[in-house]
Amino acid sequence: MLRDITLGQYYQTESIIHKLDPRVKLGGTLLYIISLFLFGSYLGYVIAAAFLGIVIRLSHVPFKFMVKGMRAIFFLLLITVGFNLFLTPGRELVSFWKLTITAEGVRMAVTMAVRLTLLIIGSSVMTLTTTPNNLTDGMEKMMKPLKVFRVPVHEVAMIMSIALRFIPILMEETDKIMKAQIARGADFDSGNVVQRAKALVPLLVPLFISAFRRANDLAMAMEARCYRGGEGRTKMKPLIYGKRDRVAYLCICLYLVSGIVLSRLIGMATGY
Amino acid sequence: MSIILDHVSYVYGEGTPLEVRALDDVSLQIPDGQFVGIIGHTGSGKSTLVQHMNGLLQATSGRIYFNGQDIYDRDYKLKNLRSKVGLVFQYPEHQLFEIDVFSDVCFGPKNLGLEKKEAELRAFAALRSVGLSEELYYQSPFEISGGQKRRVAIAGVLAMEPEILILDEPTAGLDPKGRKEILDQIRKLQTDTGMTILLVSHSMEDVAEYVDRIIVMNKGKVMYDDVPKKVFACYRELEAVGLAAPQVTYILHELKERGFQVNTEATTIREAAETICEAIMMEE
Repeated sequence: MLRDITLGQYYQTESIIHKLDPRVKLGGTLLYIISLFLFGSYLGYVIAAAFLGIVIRLSHVPFKFMVKGMRAIFFLLLITVGFNLFLTPGRELVSFWKLTITAEGVRMAVTMAVRLTLLIIGSSVMTLTTTPNNLTDGMEKMMKPLKVFRVPVHEVAMIMSIALRFIPILMEETDKIMKAQIARGADFDSGNVVQRAKALVPLLVPLFISAFRRANDLAMAMEARCYRGGEGRTKMKPLIYGKRDRVAYLCICLYLVSGIVLSRLIGMATGY
Repeated sequence: MSIILDHVSYVYGEGTPLEVRALDDVSLQIPDGQFVGIIGHTGSGKSTLVQHMNGLLQATSGRIYFNGQDIYDRDYKLKNLRSKVGLVFQYPEHQLFEIDVFSDVCFGPKNLGLEKKEAELRAFAALRSVGLSEELYYQSPFEISGGQKRRVAIAGVLAMEPEILILDEPTAGLDPKGRKEILDQIRKLQTDTGMTILLVSHSMEDVAEYVDRIIVMNKGKVMYDDVPKKVFACYRELEAVGLAAPQVTYILHELKERGFQVNTEATTIREAAETICEAIMMEE
């Protein structure tokens, strides 16, 4: 029941994308998201979608998994499209009751939907092809310069990797407690809002207790292994850029430049 | 009154690279009043199997009948089934949530829609039958010992007065003394009420002494399904799948190989002692 969320779940397989340095994927995803907002035309989105398609193809992750992640934000998407469709002022197309659809509204809604979809799928590619540990390693290294401003980079990265590590554990735990309470006759999916909220108490109390217990155990285990924070700590697998990563950076840059140039120039010339 | 599993299979994560066939064509019949041990290595599908019996998991294929009724029928009330088939999960103390022990045990019967008084009577009876001392009834379930918590959790299921009680590794994480206490209490419950009991475990030693029948699970299939003596006779095959027969089985087989006339079918320490004594007397 809770296993359907793919956002933030690693898909184990062999591919070039999986082998890339996490910093490349992080930077690439960030640039990709920025590109979605820079390419101000339909042609730009075609290029963005094509680029994403190639990356997905290279990643060997079935497309089904990307779409699964979309399910979680489907409502958000629907609301965004709805608001843009009906509330954008401009040239009137259709009007019924109090609602008016304008040409600008349609354009805005389509743009938003495409942007959001590409954005979510784009970031899913990163999380599906990078293990959480790798991802936080990458973040830690990328944010290292911030140490000058006394930002506790290592600690933040550690907190994040622990949090990520605990997501599947707590989901499993939730599933188990839910089943145990259902076996005792608990009912999680009927009744009105108040009844449903009350029905969650037998789930949430044990879940919180278990989370605290696990946190306590983990803290103890870390201390027992003399963990004292990031100072002077070395990595077993330090991140080093290879040829593959440099090529990947080049590809991303090429995509960005060609996308901007094409969508701006040709887009402007034809008006799309 | 019985549970019948008819060619039940269950696949976790169908269509993903992590697809696991947890149950593979399992057919079983569990008649009334039997004390059954379900044994298997970690990941053999024993927990998955018992979660089918009260409808928490739905089989990918196959049918399950409870008292002659198909539980996958559209108008079959699963909630009804869950009150008849009580399932105590592994580490059941992790499900406790109420402010005191007694209210927690009342949770099950209250969910059945019973009146407050009836629910409380059942809770009292259940707490008594697991042998929890009365001064603990109104303490927080988070402040009592591990063994006591487990009793409370088992009482929480017993208070629903099920016809069949399934316990998934009820002794996991307990010390030998606590283990024996819980198992003795379960046996007492069985002799007192004649309830059907399914005891899931990975340890032969634990169940050998108590059960009438052993079902050995391996890789989602039923490997053996027989009385303990017959199952333990195949101790070499059991070893090959990472399980072991009780220690006495090994000792008796070794003694027999060295020429003592012992009965290798003994499964409990008492039986073993008797047959060894007899063998020694014969020698003399």
